[in-house]
Amino acid sequence: MRTPPSLVSLAIDSALAQLSNISDLSFLPDHILIDLFLSQWSILKFEYLSGENSAGEAPCGIFKLPVEGFLKRTLRAGKLTEKILKLFIATGKEEVLSHIEALNIQLVLTPVLPTSKKNLSMSQIIDDNDVDIVIGALHSDLTPFLDEWRPVFSRFHLIIVKDPDLKDELKIPGGFNLHVYTKSDIDKAVGSASSASLFSGYSCRYFGYLISQKKYVVSIDDDCVPARDNNGGLIDAVAQHISNLTTPATPFFFNTLYDPFCKGADFVRGYPFSLRNGVTCALSCGLWLNLADYDAPTQALKPGQRNSRYVDAVLTVPARTMLPVSGINIGFNREVVGPALLPALRLAKEGKFRWETVEDIWSGMCVKVVCDHLGVGVKSGLPYVWRKERGDAIESLKKEWEGVKLMEDVVPFFQSVRLSQAAVTPEDCVIEMAAAVKERLGPVHPVFARAAEAMVEWVKLWKVVRTRLSP
Amino acid sequence: MAQTSASPTPLLKDELDIVIPTIRNLDFLEMWRPFFQPYHLIIVQDGDPSKTIHVPEGFDYELYNRNDINRILGPKASCISFKDSACRCFGYMVSKKKYIFTIDDDCFVAKDPSGKDINALEQHIKNLLSPSTPFFFNTLYDPYRDGADFVRGYPFSLREGVPTAVSHGLWLNIPDYDAPTQLVKPLERNSRFVDAVMTIPKGTLFPMCGMNLGFNRELIGPAMYFGLMGDGQPIGRYDDMWAGWCMKVICDHLGLGVKTGLPYIWHSKASNPFVNLKKEYKGIYWQEELIPFFQAATLSKDCTTVQKCYLELSKQVKAKLGKVDDYFIKLADAMVTWIEAWDELNPPKGSAELPNGKGK
Repeated sequence: MRTPPSLVSLAIDSALAQLSNISDLSFLPDHILIDLFLSQWSILKFEYLSGENSAGEAPCGIFKLPVEGFLKRTLRAGKLTEKILKLFIATGKEEVLSHIEALNIQLVLTPVLPTSKKNLSMSQIIDDNDVDIVIGALHSDLTPFLDEWRPVFSRFHLIIVKDPDLKDELKIPGGFNLHVYTKSDIDKAVGSASSASLFSGYSCRYFGYLISQKKYVVSIDDDCVPARDNNGGLIDAVAQHISNLTTPATPFFFNTLYDPFCKGADFVRGYPFSLRNGVTCALSCGLWLNLADYDAPTQALKPGQRNSRYVDAVLTVPARTMLPVSGINIGFNREVVGPALLPALRLAKEGKFRWETVEDIWSGMCVKVVCDHLGVGVKSGLPYVWRKERGDAIESLKKEWEGVKLMEDVVPFFQSVRLSQAAVTPEDCVIEMAAAVKERLGPVHPVFARAAEAMVEWVKLWKVVRTRLSP
Repeated sequence: MAQTSASPTPLLKDELDIVIPTIRNLDFLEMWRPFFQPYHLIIVQDGDPSKTIHVPEGFDYELYNRNDINRILGPKASCISFKDSACRCFGYMVSKKKYIFTIDDDCFVAKDPSGKDINALEQHIKNLLSPSTPFFFNTLYDPYRDGADFVRGYPFSLREGVPTAVSHGLWLNIPDYDAPTQLVKPLERNSRFVDAVMTIPKGTLFPMCGMNLGFNRELIGPAMYFGLMGDGQPIGRYDDMWAGWCMKVICDHLGLGVKTGLPYIWHSKASNPFVNLKKEYKGIYWQEELIPFFQAATLSKDCTTVQKCYLELSKQVKAKLGKVDDYFIKLADAMVTWIEAWDELNPPKGSAELPNGKGK
């Protein structure tokens, strides 16, 4: 039998877990302080698996660290927050200060403070001013939609963007704090050429993302209403999206009990401690009861199939794993990935049913690549919305099936695209991706060449509009 | 398009062995009787071999204690752990069946939200008999389940999926937490029934728990070595973790799938967190090195069988993890011994050894 851990080492381990609660370290004997600091330090290190990402800067992290000697290791914001670093510095101990200097730790960016378990309750308190609900209106009468969502939406600001192709006047019930944007508003903001090519149909919502000033955006299709959970309670999809976005994601290792930050759950045995702080969640992908987001061939083959399975889980989609992001029910952190949600892949016969589009699938994969590159997370699962019966899969299939074929080229592309070290913002990432699309997919089908152009145009628009909007 | 299975799940009673490690007794089998009775059990008795383990009446089983393990494997018995449930992998090695289901002796039948008893074995069989989808994540989880399918955007060329090698089940009541988490949250119980099975994507590692696990022995058996744990070893409670990481690297390399989620069992016994802390202590620090190692591990193209993959992995373990601790040098050697023993007990079909009675 080996020597069991000493009381001192167990105490240090316990202290490490509680470090954010300690206000003064100066009473500690020097050797224990050093031990604590260095243990803290070693917890931070782990391999960031991206293959090409060898330089090792922490893109979204707190500290800028020297990269030589770390090779493939990228340091992430761990427990060494600004507060804790100051704690160590405040002790005034010579050895600690010289360690900090030798490791060249500098505060660089605004800290992305990891959400500890203590902050869980805070994440439930949504500041209404932080959220925009962006609705793309493909139906002119939004009364039933908004009335159903009233208990959930009424406290937030709504951006309603009318599909420029929709001729009828919008009918909107009162009692909401909202702004409506129609074709003329879009034309005025971005020019009529752009508005036609970028913002028609389901893509009208991207205009809402473009002009939003809020940190979080939640977007739900106008043919969805609130769903009920297994207890019959109305699901507040906005609250769930915000909860997903304000608790960390864990893309580097799969937790078999799904979201470890959820009440009643945690990280399982075997989950490395250095990965337990997680990273910012930038995108939250919700699901649908009743009419699931199947493609036309699938729904046509199983016309009666409806999704009645409520899966009570949120999970982080692992890094480098691609997924088809449905635009029907999403939330995202606009400040972190806004420009990466973009209208680009427009099918020749794109229509006004989701079966006749793939724009959101394309956009979602762009976002995933960007998130993987920037080291932020994407979650999938709750919340559910109830998607109403609409359309005819067979009719859609007759009209537009090209999208289904295109996926054969789209998916391998996104699975293999790699961004350079120089791409540190979502805009940079999109530009690099657009170039790769043009080069690799452009020759395959003209729709991809147009998508690449749209991506470049989008970034230009984003910059112009953001500059105009900023104070 | 995903196939909807309208037909009942096959029993596979002649193709599946249930492997149970035990040191105490097998009373828990009474509760499982309706589901387990048709199957052959392989009981691996850990601890004192002079103790008699009582098996409830009516079960068809073979039982191996430490003396049997030593007798059958000779010097190679050194690779099988003692005083740790890791010894269960001996059961995998001696089995002659295509599928294995392994369960801990403190795991009972759970109930689903409607109050119905969950036939965990049936769900594992369903998982193993339907394909996995590791190359692209399906947001509606397992597309082969009744009532589900592939979502819009899922490429048709990927809808056939790949063979499923492992089915990882979960636990209600006492969750599988490590010692520090148990110490911080001694009262936490898992009451959330998540009605999903999903494929763990290629390139993603996970902590595999051995409490409620099914696998295709023919596809992945030799990779399911549970390592050197327990008596005389510096570490415990990382046996299944070790097997899971090795297994996942190999499955990713060979294009096989791993599923997690349903079925749930009811885990009744919370082990002593202080005892666990002693066992896990080194593991908690070592896993910081182990995870990057496994995440970066690549196998060469000529590793076309599980054994070849495993042996190559053992070389990498020795070379790279030997620096972390001498234990890994021992472990790498044990990995080789395991493969040698596996091949001895499981000669390729059609070999001259068969008339000797080693095969069935």
